[in-house]
Amino acid sequence: MMAVGRTGGLAVGIAAVLLTAVPPIRLAAQDTSFIDRGVRVGIIYRPGVRPGFVLLPRQGSGLDSVRAIVARDLDYSDRFEVITLPGGDSIRLATSGSAPLPPPPARGQARPATGGGAQAAGLNYPLYQALGADFALDLTLTGDTTVVTLHDVAAGGVRRTIRARLSVPGSPDFRQAVHRVADQVLQAALGTPGIAATRVLFVKDGKVYQIDQDGAEQKLVSASDRQAMSPAWASDGRRFAYMEFQAGRGQLFVQEMASGKRTAVATTGKALDFTPAFSPDAQTLAFSRATEEGTDLYTINLKDNCCLRRLTVGRFSDNLSPTFSPDGQRIAFVSTRPGLPQIYVMAADGTDQQLFAPFDYGVTGSSNAPEWSPDGQSVAFHRDVAGTLQVFVLDVRTRTVRQLTSVGRNEDPTWAPDSRHLAFVSDRSGYRQLWIIDLDTGRIRPLLQQSGARLPAWSPRLPEATSSTP
Amino acid sequence: MKPVSLLFVIGLGAAVVAAGCGKKNTEQVAPMANPDSAAAAERARQDSIDAARAAADCAAQAEAERVASQRASDSAAAAARAAEGIRNTVTAMIHFDYDKSNVRSEDAGILDQKVAILQANPELRIRVGGHCDERGSDEYNLALGNRRAQAAKQYLVSHGIDASRIETQSWGEERPAVDGHDEGAWSQNRRDEFEIIGGGDNLRQP
Repeated sequence: MMAVGRTGGLAVGIAAVLLTAVPPIRLAAQDTSFIDRGVRVGIIYRPGVRPGFVLLPRQGSGLDSVRAIVARDLDYSDRFEVITLPGGDSIRLATSGSAPLPPPPARGQARPATGGGAQAAGLNYPLYQALGADFALDLTLTGDTTVVTLHDVAAGGVRRTIRARLSVPGSPDFRQAVHRVADQVLQAALGTPGIAATRVLFVKDGKVYQIDQDGAEQKLVSASDRQAMSPAWASDGRRFAYMEFQAGRGQLFVQEMASGKRTAVATTGKALDFTPAFSPDAQTLAFSRATEEGTDLYTINLKDNCCLRRLTVGRFSDNLSPTFSPDGQRIAFVSTRPGLPQIYVMAADGTDQQLFAPFDYGVTGSSNAPEWSPDGQSVAFHRDVAGTLQVFVLDVRTRTVRQLTSVGRNEDPTWAPDSRHLAFVSDRSGYRQLWIIDLDTGRIRPLLQQSGARLPAWSPRLPEATSSTP
Repeated sequence: MKPVSLLFVIGLGAAVVAAGCGKKNTEQVAPMANPDSAAAAERARQDSIDAARAAADCAAQAEAERVASQRASDSAAAAARAAEGIRNTVTAMIHFDYDKSNVRSEDAGILDQKVAILQANPELRIRVGGHCDERGSDEYNLALGNRRAQAAKQYLVSHGIDASRIETQSWGEERPAVDGHDEGAWSQNRRDEFEIIGGGDNLRQP
């Protein structure tokens, strides 16, 4: 917003010239098989819209890991043009420029940070503004405290100073604590919460794993050797539910993230229960149950482990894969009542069932795996297009759908808490693995570099585990 | 001559029987150790004829026993083969079209054979497991696999088999029969598997 029209300078000028030949494509996602890794220089999807961001280089500050993680988090937020200084050497850059002010890293490098104001006094704002930066981030160490200073380049001052006591790199909380710092920076810069301190659960070889959103710290979380499917987060980020095959039946479990302790969800009979989904208040678990009559949706009261309730009576059709709206009032789900599976919606008590995602009867392929976005405005799902699956997004208000992907097979989308990123399964690189797409820019990146991962579930913003003071 | 040559040809069991006969024969001959007259010689000649006859009888008896035991083991093998055949008929898979759960007409005969065996063996209980290929949606395939298992069960029930004798389960696409990412593999993976879970001993032919 604030950056519109201000991201001036040479880079944007060139981009604008280049883009004049191309019709301006904004919100339409550009699905390509291009694997985008690391920091980009001057690749502008929406010129002039995203604020430029520069991370001030500092050698020998002892914060290389923190710097690398924060830089990647801010890049992966897809909300900035991350500017890489040529050669990474801002001293030469600064002195060779026409700006008369002293280069920023020369000062304060060996000295402890003395506060935002003092630092700001030395930063060459016009220089960074000329480079297209709206924000500049400086990371320094004072004793055992990491001082994170966010400069508002255009305003010529410090926007926010964050102090955090980070554990040593490699300790269990380290990365999540750094991710929280990155989220605080994003919040300070744009007033929007980030998604750095989040994780994705997924299934591989029948087991549930977690991985940080930046692809680090993959860890096994399912507790047994039995085949597991369909992990789903509780909205507090402290628990998840999943299904496990037991002698051909499907048993649902709720597991605590911290302790790994799991509890079987009280169900009756010998049914196959699957696709669990928490209500937003985490009091209720909705799920699918396959019986002789077919598959239908049920809810159970998790708090008292009781009160099984049937929401659909399909008889000759199946109803499955529930997902709650964030206000808890509605449930989107898959129903085969039109013949092929399509996306339906109903009130959370099972009344008022109706078609949700429009389709052309006899033309549109099967639609499956809906997930309601955290902001309530969209439902992501996948749909069979010419024999392969593609990720779609339904606009809840207008009830229109748009196709997000077109390269390879793409399925099982799951929303990041910012409601603009989706993780999904794609075989675009030759084997099925997890990818992340940003709906605003269309940028796609791999989350994993290994095959066989599927059924991802993106966490909410995870509860604080370490202390950091703004 | 012939019995003697047979003795060499037939198996070990028959040879042991023949040896038993021979021993008995020697015992009969033993008291005749001191012949002192023509009468004795005549008796000895007669004895040797008897002995030869006895040997021949013995060999014939051995052969009969051999044949009988062979017949017994043949019929046991035949019975085992028959049971195996019944078992194979019970567990023969049926297959499905993509994203379909109706029993294909060409597979109805496979289920009809199961109906006959289930009717001839009232103790027999089976489990039907529905499976899918990897093309469809992972979670939807659990519902589809369930439909496929139910389709087979309903077919059997509609042909007179008590529903309580048939369990069903769905594995979705989680247990492919064949690895592979083409229609050749997929068509084999879209299937119902049948498993005997009770009363599978001494299966009777319908």
